[in-house]
Amino acid sequence: MIPGTFDYHSPDTLDEAIKLLNDLGEDAKVLAGGHSLLPMMKWRLAEPTHLVDISRLSDLDYIKEENGYLCLGAMVTESALENSELIAAKYPILKDTSEVIADPLVRNLASVGGNIAHGDPANDHPATMLALNAIVVVCGPNGSKREINIDDFFLGPLWTALQDNEILTEIKIPIPKQYSGGCYIKLERKVGDYAIAACAATLDFENGQCISAGIGLTNVGPTPVRASDSQNMLVGTDVSDEIIEKASVLASETSQPVGDHRGSEEYKRGVVKTLTERAIMKAKNRALGGN
Amino acid sequence: MGNLIGKAVKRVEDNRFIKGEGKYTDDFNMKNQTFAMYVRSPHAHAKINNIDISSAEAMDGVVKVFTGKDIAEAGIVGSICGWQVDFKNGDTMKEPGHPILVADKVRHVGDPVALVIAEDKYIARDASELIEVDYDILDAVVDPKAAVHDGAPQVHDDVPNNKIYEWEIGDKESTDTAFENAHHVTSLSFHNQKLVPNAIEPRAALGHYDSNEDKYTLYTTSQNPHLARLIIAAFVLSIPEHKLRVISPDVGGGFGSKIFAYNDECGILWASKQIGRPIKWTADRSEAFITDCHGRDHVTDAKLALDADGKITGLRTKTYAAMGAYLSNFSTCVPSYLHGTLMQGLYTTPAVHVDVTAVVTHTVPVDAYRGAGRPEATYSIERLIETAAKEIGMDPAEFRKKNFIPAFDGVSQPGYQTQVALQYDSGDYEGALNKALEVSDYEGLKSQREEARSKGRLMGIGFSTYIEACGIAPSAVVGSLGARVGLYDAASIRVHPTGKVTIHSGAHSHGQGHETTFAQVVADAFGIGMDDVNVVHGDTENVPFGMGTYGSRSLAVCGSAIMKSVDKVKEKGARIAAHKLECSPDDLEFANGAWTVKGTDKSVGFGDVALTAYVPHDYPEGEEPGLDFASFYDPANFVYPFGTHICVVEIDKETGEVEILKYVAVDDCGNIINPMIVEGQVHGGIAQGVGQALYEGAVYDDSGQLLNGTMLDYTMPRADNFPMFETDHTVTPCPHNPLGVKGIGEAGTIASTPAVVNAVIDALSDYGVKDLQMPLTPQRVWKAMNNNGKL
Ligand SMILES: Cc1cc2nc3c(=O)[nH]c(=O)nc-3n(C[C@H](O)[C@H](O)[C@H](O)COP(=O)(O)OP(=O)(O)OC[C@H]3O[C@@H](n4cnc5c(N)ncnc54)[C@H](O)[C@@H]3O)c2cc1C
Repeated sequence: MIPGTFDYHSPDTLDEAIKLLNDLGEDAKVLAGGHSLLPMMKWRLAEPTHLVDISRLSDLDYIKEENGYLCLGAMVTESALENSELIAAKYPILKDTSEVIADPLVRNLASVGGNIAHGDPANDHPATMLALNAIVVVCGPNGSKREINIDDFFLGPLWTALQDNEILTEIKIPIPKQYSGGCYIKLERKVGDYAIAACAATLDFENGQCISAGIGLTNVGPTPVRASDSQNMLVGTDVSDEIIEKASVLASETSQPVGDHRGSEEYKRGVVKTLTERAIMKAKNRALGGN
Repeated sequence: MGNLIGKAVKRVEDNRFIKGEGKYTDDFNMKNQTFAMYVRSPHAHAKINNIDISSAEAMDGVVKVFTGKDIAEAGIVGSICGWQVDFKNGDTMKEPGHPILVADKVRHVGDPVALVIAEDKYIARDASELIEVDYDILDAVVDPKAAVHDGAPQVHDDVPNNKIYEWEIGDKESTDTAFENAHHVTSLSFHNQKLVPNAIEPRAALGHYDSNEDKYTLYTTSQNPHLARLIIAAFVLSIPEHKLRVISPDVGGGFGSKIFAYNDECGILWASKQIGRPIKWTADRSEAFITDCHGRDHVTDAKLALDADGKITGLRTKTYAAMGAYLSNFSTCVPSYLHGTLMQGLYTTPAVHVDVTAVVTHTVPVDAYRGAGRPEATYSIERLIETAAKEIGMDPAEFRKKNFIPAFDGVSQPGYQTQVALQYDSGDYEGALNKALEVSDYEGLKSQREEARSKGRLMGIGFSTYIEACGIAPSAVVGSLGARVGLYDAASIRVHPTGKVTIHSGAHSHGQGHETTFAQVVADAFGIGMDDVNVVHGDTENVPFGMGTYGSRSLAVCGSAIMKSVDKVKEKGARIAAHKLECSPDDLEFANGAWTVKGTDKSVGFGDVALTAYVPHDYPEGEEPGLDFASFYDPANFVYPFGTHICVVEIDKETGEVEILKYVAVDDCGNIINPMIVEGQVHGGIAQGVGQALYEGAVYDDSGQLLNGTMLDYTMPRADNFPMFETDHTVTPCPHNPLGVKGIGEAGTIASTPAVVNAVIDALSDYGVKDLQMPLTPQRVWKAMNNNGKL
């Protein structure tokens, strides 16, 4: 790799990191796992003059349940998510997602915070976080801190609500109710590839009725896409096969794919339907106690 | 013979490779070394109005910038074409020039226009971005068939209609007759798509001119260092051959793409003399995509004629084969002598005619890529065969058996003379098919398929019964066909005074495991241990003039040269032993590492004889000291491995994804020295062939941009795309080389592509799908199902 010239900073604390970002301005970039940023620097699509490495900030690396939320530190790696017992037991959708990101080498370094902060609609976590109604916690200069609803976070391709002098520190996910289930299904050309399309689905049931649903779609729009119509179709029903089929057609209509070497628009719409169908089916199964 | 032949000895080279301690070209450094970066055209076809290098030259740390003007002024031509294939009407093949740096007109994305040399690679890269080239962009042609149309953009002024040659083989008249009288004709059209080789190590060069010694050294990623030296010294840079040392250290894969003496490496060597300092250049992956020679790119119409009995009566193909923008070293022989001559397949087809037009296009040059011509031929034949069987309602296995050439061993029965020049050495094609049917449980598979289909699942079975021609030879014959090189190989065996042995091999190992297989052969022959033998390869200063490694030739050709040297050592050893045992050499037999007087227990060991040869105190009169022999071996014929591959797939009806459920390969490569290495070659070969069938392919837009020139975009298969391969063998020894071996390096690639496609088409038979163009991506399969209105 032969990137442009840059200075490297390795702060010890979050405050120091934010101060650096604040002082250095837009020429500085946060470096987390580096597996999205460095490829862009390799191709010189990004030429930041300062890298602020946050991988040594140990206090950003936790997976815990607190105050009704699952809290993921921004620097939690994909492999940590993949191997966490808590995640496997209560949040299989996150395990589904981590497992289909890149390959083990990448997953050992790639961070969940970076996956979201990068704002790439091809990344896998954004759709999952939409389906999970996550909250993004962001810290800025002078101890400021704000919480951004996931629906307000993604603004366009590689563009998020994060300011240049802010660091994403945590992702909060509401702890699921008793009859909840989620699932992420991705169609890829080969393992480790970005999705042709993928669907994240979550369902909450009460007395056999779906009381809330989350459907997020990967790589079929300029940002991850929430399939609201599809969600609405499911809520208040028992999520029968017939309803699932209708909800999936709606998801396919909501998606905004463009044709590229992963597939034509027509094809991608077709598989969004299939993937949504399969994801809802599996989420329902999990919600009602199956696998 | 000892006890090592046929053993799955672990690869000795893996000790360094699995520790990441192989030494590759980029790992070598020289004092005072500089770094180079080529500035490459972003356009496929453009006139260069001006190149401004002033800012780059002015940059701190830049040593020198060369452009096409400097190369032209130095009077250097580019690399050459090594095989002349003339027009069928007698006209001479067109050979457009290929400058090291282009001065006037670029002809593909990646064509180099300047060479920047700097103190480090970062400066070289930064400086290269400062070079401003003023281009007039011109229309490009990327489709091989469209290239010959009147009015198509011209790649070279001296190549009218972009035609390099028009070539044919076989009997046109009898083939026409066969088609006129045919009961049934099967027709298919394919684009055997352009593939990017993607060896794991990109090409690299470290060039140095030493003015004190007046000598050049080039470390480079070559599959054949001697051939590289010959081409660079004698044809490109006019350096006396003995003044150039080419070292090809560990090389991370080639698959053909590192056979060629590329202009880039020549440029580095030339420039090192101009600046008086060593220069290192290492391509990055993006550069590899647009400069390593690609493979395939054949557009073919293929037809098969059958009689009422289901016997094949004729085969005809017409191919437009792309050479890319320039003629790489062996580009011209791939679609002709490595493709047309294989069109008999392993069938008794009495009339065959193959017509090939080689064309230039505004794309990366095309040359040999694992299989080189034979995969294209096999694809055409095996797709035709399977389709024909379906069309006439015959089981594809039965149809093949009906049309196979009967078994022949090449010893008591003669070789099989084909309609297209080759004479097959030995074969038992039905034997391999029967074994594959048994190993795969074909009957069981068929009922599984029925059951799956009855449940609405799309399962398919595909066959490929292939033959391939490797170890291309003999030199006199290939010479008469236009080759400008010989195709022998060379090896020497040096027995050291302590009885240890070094093999100097003309073949180069870059993944094939020569350091193990060759050592195994020699240790076995001398009855000594594997640890007592090592293999030296890759340095023109140390190894005899061998032609290198490609075309699955190393064991069949270089291995035979090794065996010739083994025989010479044994003969001389016997004379020394006879002297010590006071008998005649004829009274001796060699076994278990010792010469023994027949019928007695009097013997002398291999080590003793070696020591005596170098400390010749008590020595046969007139005998030279030493035990060190070199041999050259020019084969009598090609070798012809063959086999049957069976692929079973299931298609996801809704997404179009193809899953390979089962893959059975029965290969016959003659005698097997190391079954584990053979299996490894088969595995890698299948993976590569499946890559072509399902995933890979260079995608160009109309302006000649390569749209998938990164690992992110180009879909190389990965481990999870495959089931565990089930491999097995039949053994039909080669009758004409000492080890009785054929080649196995390319067989997997040649066989697997049509097997997979045949299986997918079989799975789609309910949809009336007769053919699909590769790669069979989920989208293509999905479309094929949906267009038929069944989903
Ligand atoms: C071969 C390969 C295949 C891949 N395949 C997939 C895939 O299939 N699916 C997928 O989802 N991803 C994939 N990725 C991307 C990988 O998961 C990324 O590493 C991840 O998306 C980004 O995480 P990171 O920690 O590496 O972030 P970095 O690359 O370090 O950063 C990415 C961007 O986010 C910013 N950033 C990072 N962390 C923060 C933070 N805490 N606060 C503010 N800004 C921040 C950086 O400044 C940068 O702009 C792949 C990567 C590779 C190399």
